Amino acid sequence: MLYAVFCYNQEDVTNNWTKEEDDKVMRDLAAVQRKYGDAGKLGPVARLLPTTAATTLRHSVGETVVIDGPFAETKEQLLGFYVVDCASLDEALDFARELSAANPADGSYEIRPLAIYKPSEFPA
Amino acid sequence: MTDTTWIDLALVSARPQAMGALLRYFRNLDTAEEAFQEACIRALKTWPKSGPPRDAAAWLIFVGRNSGIDKVRRQSRETALPPEELLSDLEDQESDLAERLDGSHYRDDILKLLFVCSNPVLPATQQIALALRIVSGLSVKQIARAFLVGEAAMEQRITRAKARVAAAGIAFETPDAADRSMRLAAVATMIYLVFNEGYSAMNGPDSVSADLCEEAIRLARLLLRLFPSEPEMMGLTALLLLQHSRSRARFDADGGIILLDDQDRSLWKKPLIIEALAMIDKAVRHRQPGPYQIQAAIAALHARATRPEETDWEEIDLLYQALERLQPSPVITLNRAVAVSKRDGPEAALALIEPLAEKLAGYFYFHGLNGALLKQAGRVREARIAFDRAIALATNAAEASHIRMQLDHLSKDAGEKDLAKEER
Repeated sequence: MLYAVFCYNQEDVTNNWTKEEDDKVMRDLAAVQRKYGDAGKLGPVARLLPTTAATTLRHSVGETVVIDGPFAETKEQLLGFYVVDCASLDEALDFARELSAANPADGSYEIRPLAIYKPSEFPA
Repeated sequence: MTDTTWIDLALVSARPQAMGALLRYFRNLDTAEEAFQEACIRALKTWPKSGPPRDAAAWLIFVGRNSGIDKVRRQSRETALPPEELLSDLEDQESDLAERLDGSHYRDDILKLLFVCSNPVLPATQQIALALRIVSGLSVKQIARAFLVGEAAMEQRITRAKARVAAAGIAFETPDAADRSMRLAAVATMIYLVFNEGYSAMNGPDSVSADLCEEAIRLARLLLRLFPSEPEMMGLTALLLLQHSRSRARFDADGGIILLDDQDRSLWKKPLIIEALAMIDKAVRHRQPGPYQIQAAIAALHARATRPEETDWEEIDLLYQALERLQPSPVITLNRAVAVSKRDGPEAALALIEPLAEKLAGYFYFHGLNGALLKQAGRVREARIAFDRAIALATNAAEASHIRMQLDHLSKDAGEKDLAKEER
């Protein structure tokens, strides 16, 4: 079974870690990642930029609107995610628009740039 | 991290929201500050035992408000402070309180708190000091160190700023759209001033001044979370992130300035650059260019160049021209001259800055750049005069020593030229 693990923390706390604190956390996390990576059990690893860097495409009753900021509704649930390599936010929004058009259900696509991305360590 | 670090972090991050609400209750900066202080003392006493409350800001507002009210009562009627036990059922009341204070309320509270410190009646230095004290919660001692002044002098500056704000009166009603955008602009300027104070006083990546830069970035991010659709706030945040990304590359081991062209670009902080580029991307979508966005775009062009030769000077020149149209200023023209010199050579840049000589006669950077351009053009004697003027106007040791280095090069180059002549 493949599992996705999402990390939730208070960003104004993690944003304000000193470089030393941040480095230590990243080192400790890397040790855990290495353990599961070496065992061929780890897929892609990503660290997101702060929510201030997010843009949300919202599709509801046949209309799509672009909203600055992260996804903020509570009536929808997180159902999936993509990692896509785009030259600009506009291109990423186009991708989300195509997804939205292909999906009959109302919903939102939060577009959040990645700060760090490590590809999968699954065996080839 | 030590045991109480999480409490300190929680108090710092809850501070603007809690102080904003307490200011709304008490309508007086000193009372709000004392109430918040009292709430922090209680937090330090109870949180290690009870664990963090679900909503730290709501907890602090509730406790602060009660202690403030007690104080006001005590002062007027000399009644006793209620016993500590009365605060024990806080957790139940806290959720109720959190619901009553919805997000938009908080938003205007925080904006007002920031605006009080950005009041145009205050001179820039007082705005910065007041914001660092009231919003950021830095101690007077810390602020004094960042400003390189004595603690007593800083205490006086802050007291004076508070008195001025009180005399000017604080508008406590909820702002309308026009008023809100005016406040936002004033607050953006104040945040920029805080950053600039840190940036220009910095003499190494770990100095106290670097803390001011980080504090300004924290405030910019905070404001952006509250007002996510303001392109100029995105521009400001991006600009600060880009400037700060270079902090480790800006100084040599002795605290001397290293110019952009000579910086080790591998020392630039990548995550800050990536975040800034993402912010600019967001801002551009709004098609409402403003001074912060343009300055951020210029800084981004430097950040995108992995080597100085790859810098897109043509685009930088165009962006400075756009900035000149929005905010005509000789200092912007002076900056544009650097781009022009890179593209068209020193003589073209000298022609551009010549008309500025009178207006910028007392400006260190004018004479510094003038000297550098003259030197590049081989006009050694004039370059020396310009550098001498720059040294006389330098405001700190790093600036002066940078110009002295230029003068040394000048003498060395001139010496070599003389030698070459003799050999011929």
